[in-house]
Amino acid sequence: MALSEQGKKNFLEPLFKNNPVFVQILGVCSALAVTTSMKTALTMALAVTFVTAFSNIGVSVIRKIIPGSIRMIVEMTIIATLVILVDQLIKAFSYDLSKQLSVYVGLIITNCIVMGRAEAFALKNGPTDSLLDGIGNGLGYGAVLLTVAFFRELFGFGKIFGFVVLPTVQNGGWYVPNGLMVTAPAAFFLIGTIIWIIKTYNKQMQDAE
Amino acid sequence: MEHVLSMFIQGVFTQNLALSLFLGMCTFLAVSKKVSAAFGLGIAVIVVQTITIPVNNLLYNYVLREGALAWTGVDALASLDLNFLSFITFIGVIAAIVQILEMTLDRFFPPLYNALGVFLPLITVNCAIMGGSLFMQQRDYNFGDSVLYGLFSGIGWAFAIVVLAGIREKLEYSHVPKGLRGLGVAFMTAGLLAMAFMTFSGM
Repeated sequence: MALSEQGKKNFLEPLFKNNPVFVQILGVCSALAVTTSMKTALTMALAVTFVTAFSNIGVSVIRKIIPGSIRMIVEMTIIATLVILVDQLIKAFSYDLSKQLSVYVGLIITNCIVMGRAEAFALKNGPTDSLLDGIGNGLGYGAVLLTVAFFRELFGFGKIFGFVVLPTVQNGGWYVPNGLMVTAPAAFFLIGTIIWIIKTYNKQMQDAE
Repeated sequence: MEHVLSMFIQGVFTQNLALSLFLGMCTFLAVSKKVSAAFGLGIAVIVVQTITIPVNNLLYNYVLREGALAWTGVDALASLDLNFLSFITFIGVIAAIVQILEMTLDRFFPPLYNALGVFLPLITVNCAIMGGSLFMQQRDYNFGDSVLYGLFSGIGWAFAIVVLAGIREKLEYSHVPKGLRGLGVAFMTAGLLAMAFMTFSGM
């Protein structure tokens, strides 16, 4: 299937220029919480991409028959159903992982990215465009998660995806793990720094605060 | 008494919803520019949290969990495990309670409605509320504990957002590098606050 110009734009824009986490400030909670290791970050990224893509399709398909006054509830139900599906799948195939992610899979329901895209995009556009928009936003979110998780896992445990990159002192190597990286404050600092870098090079994003 | 105190310390300081569990971040960053707005939202969160967590707790214990329907006396129901429905139930309860609260306040306490009204719709999609209910489920609180947990975790969140708003108000007068202004520095400040809250964890 050849993508139209508009379709390509819908897909690529949220990846860089209109990234949901940095530019739209949506879905920050889980971006901070699940990024102590690459594995949890990847699972979360895939889960959110799946939910955003399919909730966008679902909302878009029935957008003309949803009465305006109850659209929030309809969207919420679609999203919650998809999240339950994801949660059951993760529990069935990788129970340890679901323990690590704890409540944050359930919190995809209240993740503003999913709801925000359903409201702002899927209600006004056809299913194909909505699917692309959903995948694009999910991946844009995933890219941020993986970037943050990369630094936190590398400096916090000396590993990437569980493979040893920097042998730590406890295991007879030379690297002294940075304990701060796995704690809460480091997540704030890292995202703050990334926003700083992006805004410095992208002048039009600097707000007039 | 000791139990209440330890719940208080856990809810407000060591397991602070905003700063150590990262819940409700979207509104935490968006509404923390002014202390007055932050305070209003904080109060709204405390109220909603204190109502929704106990209600969800009752639903979980008497409808959703494995064998919870045994009180009906029907054998077919007693062995049901409706755990997988908990997400959709909790979010439904939260949305309904927020709506009811909004209408009640509008009808009976107009001044309060004027102060809190704008924040209530924001609360349905605030993950601190949903997160509170999910943690209640995960930690298996009984009814009394769930009331305490709702109250204290709400207070913790409100406390964190008011402190952040206070700092951000002062930051307006300081010289922040251009790219860091606004969101960037808010993240950094929240990080420093989280660090301060971490020191409570030894208690």
